[in-house]
Amino acid sequence: MTYTEEMLKSMQLVAEKRAANAALEPTRMTADEKTNLLATYHPDYRQDKFKTITFGANKGEKAPIELVELLEANARIKAGDVDLEKPFYDVDVLIIGGGGAGSAAAIMADEAGAKVMIATKLRIGDANTMMAEGGIQAADKPNDSPAIHYLDVFGGGHFAAKPELVRKLVYDAPECIKWLSDLGVEFDKAPDGTMITTHGGGTSRKRMHAAKDYSGAEIMRTLRDEVLSRQIPVVDYTAAVELIKDESGAVAGAVLMNMETRELRVARAKTVIMATGGAGRLHYQGFPTSNHYGATADGLILGYRAGAKLFAEDSLQYHPTGAAFPEQIFGALVTEKVRSLGAKLVNVNGDVFQHPLETRDVCASGIIREVDDRKNGIKINDTTSGVWLDTPMIEYKNGEGTIEKRIPAMLRMFGKYGIDIRKEPILVYPTLHYQNGGLEISENGMSTVENLYVAGEAVGGIHGRNRLMGNSLLDIIVFGRNAGVNAAAKAKEVKLGKLTLDHIAAFDKERAEAGVVSDKVSPMLLPTYTHGNPVFEDKKAF
Amino acid sequence: MENMVNIYLYGKQYSVPANLTIMGAMEYAGYTLVRGCGCRNGFCGACATIYRIKGDRELKVCLACQTKVENDMYIATLPFFPLVKQVYDLNKIKPTEAVMMQLYPEIYACIGCNSCTKACTQGLNVMQYIAYAQRGEFEKCAEESFDCVMCGVCSSRCPAGISHPQVALLARRLNGKYLAPECGHLEDRVKEIKDGTFDELLESLMQKPISEMKELYNNREFEK
Ligand SMILES: Cc1cc2nc3c(=O)[nH]c(=O)nc-3n(C[C@H](O)[C@H](O)[C@H](O)COP(=O)(O)OP(=O)(O)OC[C@H]3O[C@@H](n4cnc5c(N)ncnc54)[C@H](O)[C@@H]3O)c2cc1C
Ligand code: FES
Repeated sequence: MTYTEEMLKSMQLVAEKRAANAALEPTRMTADEKTNLLATYHPDYRQDKFKTITFGANKGEKAPIELVELLEANARIKAGDVDLEKPFYDVDVLIIGGGGAGSAAAIMADEAGAKVMIATKLRIGDANTMMAEGGIQAADKPNDSPAIHYLDVFGGGHFAAKPELVRKLVYDAPECIKWLSDLGVEFDKAPDGTMITTHGGGTSRKRMHAAKDYSGAEIMRTLRDEVLSRQIPVVDYTAAVELIKDESGAVAGAVLMNMETRELRVARAKTVIMATGGAGRLHYQGFPTSNHYGATADGLILGYRAGAKLFAEDSLQYHPTGAAFPEQIFGALVTEKVRSLGAKLVNVNGDVFQHPLETRDVCASGIIREVDDRKNGIKINDTTSGVWLDTPMIEYKNGEGTIEKRIPAMLRMFGKYGIDIRKEPILVYPTLHYQNGGLEISENGMSTVENLYVAGEAVGGIHGRNRLMGNSLLDIIVFGRNAGVNAAAKAKEVKLGKLTLDHIAAFDKERAEAGVVSDKVSPMLLPTYTHGNPVFEDKKAF
Repeated sequence: MENMVNIYLYGKQYSVPANLTIMGAMEYAGYTLVRGCGCRNGFCGACATIYRIKGDRELKVCLACQTKVENDMYIATLPFFPLVKQVYDLNKIKPTEAVMMQLYPEIYACIGCNSCTKACTQGLNVMQYIAYAQRGEFEKCAEESFDCVMCGVCSSRCPAGISHPQVALLARRLNGKYLAPECGHLEDRVKEIKDGTFDELLESLMQKPISEMKELYNNREFEK
């Protein structure tokens, strides 16, 4: 890679101060310091980037401008576009989204004897779950307990989570690790079977379980294999573009669109599980993202239009360490595990400027302050600066070979661009990573609309206003399984009435009454990228 | 003007900025990607790509989201390859050599040409892990194949029709379930939770006012 002169100079300082920096134990911030830092530098606090929702279940609340525009936009279809009397698919449980949450739900619903189907926008596994590197939390060691885990989750989320959901999360955690193990997921273990666990930002115990730095991939490919082995139908390249209800107002299926041919098909279902994941590809505030191609908040949009309530829809997670250089991987995730293993954050002068394992929101805000305000960043180009993440410190502390053994994906990602992270530190800046909020659920997984269940990143309320590393992979398994079990049980009682799409017209009416005019359609389905080609300036992919 | 290079997408020439990945270059050229694009970050294997630099004999393979364009690159994507995945109930099969013979017998037809290894977008020793699978050495197969993203390029080059990624996946699941050492502390904790050991403690935490929770949170001890 071609570093600039400034980068090389600064890199030299980082190397010189490495030994001293490694010995340093930076202090953690006090509660007040954190509050001030967040209020001044966290992107969630930039009022001009938010807008009030003008109608619907969360009327009067704030959300990012980009999200509000999609929430209030027009449906992609009209009621007359499909024949609801002739469903192409007819199942007990329809699962929308083929990530970890959807797959876990499918396995459990199938296990319960329900007729299940997964519809997914890309392929099963082309999802944020596949990309998770760092690991999954569970309080299963003797020095740890569900109560300590509870405190970490609840406090880390700024005391805004729903207590009954947090309890379920921490209680079911060990059992979920066992479930995954029994499905064949290969967790990192010592020869005696003890789980190798590390810290994550904001954890007070080392409870991060991992499968090298392919934790999500290992979980996802195993779940996918199990779904396929059970011969659960997976309809890929097929997005839900609208929910369907029955006369009673309960959700009763979805209109699906073939992403390649744009053909519409009706899926009728007794219960529906929304497992569509996050929203990184909406690029809130112009941030780059670590998310997969299909992370466009579709589930929030579909649920909201059908009347479901959102929770903490104004709360996003910016991961402190997105790759800032080279530009081909701008925004891609540099897993927190790099810091768990001992790499520290260092500024242009080679100085450590904060504890590397504060919670993510605090850590990201600290980096933004260091760069934007204190001007201690390393300039990368006209629009971007970053700080160093001193990866060679990992081997300095833990010995040679640690990086290849514990974070091979990171070694490879930078290696492809000629950067050897064992020898050279890397440049990072916060990236849009996770949707803390989403559709509100109760403990059984159901949203505020009858028979619409939600699982995974599309849920709001489990993590309050900040999610800790490792608790999302955990929640998709805990609440994915939970939704599968409960949606299958509920399907047994459901007697479907006549299907309708009347909620579209009702929503249009509400919009008109609120005086909102929108020329947008939603869900977005996929983002449009043209990389500055002037020919395609006005292109819209979908 | 930006630094541009000439590339050929499915044989057709385009001029694109030199700093883009192949995936980015396709989008710059005006393609709307649906198939062949998933994670955009080297984990899902959706964007397998085969290319040749004009004048070069060697065929190269890569992930389009992880590879920068080069001048005179002839590019063909491989967004789908018909891998064979056998259906099985992991609870009913055992980690024996016989299981591979039953489910993926074609691995024994490997002629040792090493085309799979040469074609791996992750740089894995594919032929080696297939050899381990043949011998029922699932732990070694699992370790050697661990970073596989299942893009399928190896299988596209295999004269014996082996679905390498699926073989490896089976080996890893067998290893994870049956061969990896059991975890005592996990079993213990699952049982404790079932027995209600923490119920009272949790219940009392849930009842506490936020002020008290803040106190507890801000003063908690950290494991070193
Ligand atoms: C790079 C990265 C690293 C991470 N690392 C960690 C970690 O170390 N630990 C941790 O706990 N968490 C981590 N996370 C977070 C965690 O991986 C995700 O939050 C979680 O996996 C989300 O799972 P999900 O099933 O809800 O969504 P996803 O896995 O994203 O799946 C959603 C699925 O829904 C599909 N879909 C979307 N819209 C539609 C539609 N309209 N119709 C049909 N299908 C649709 C998508 O294509 C996708 O298949 C990480 C996330 C990223 C991006
Ligand atoms: S898009 Fe997932 S590996 Fe390239």
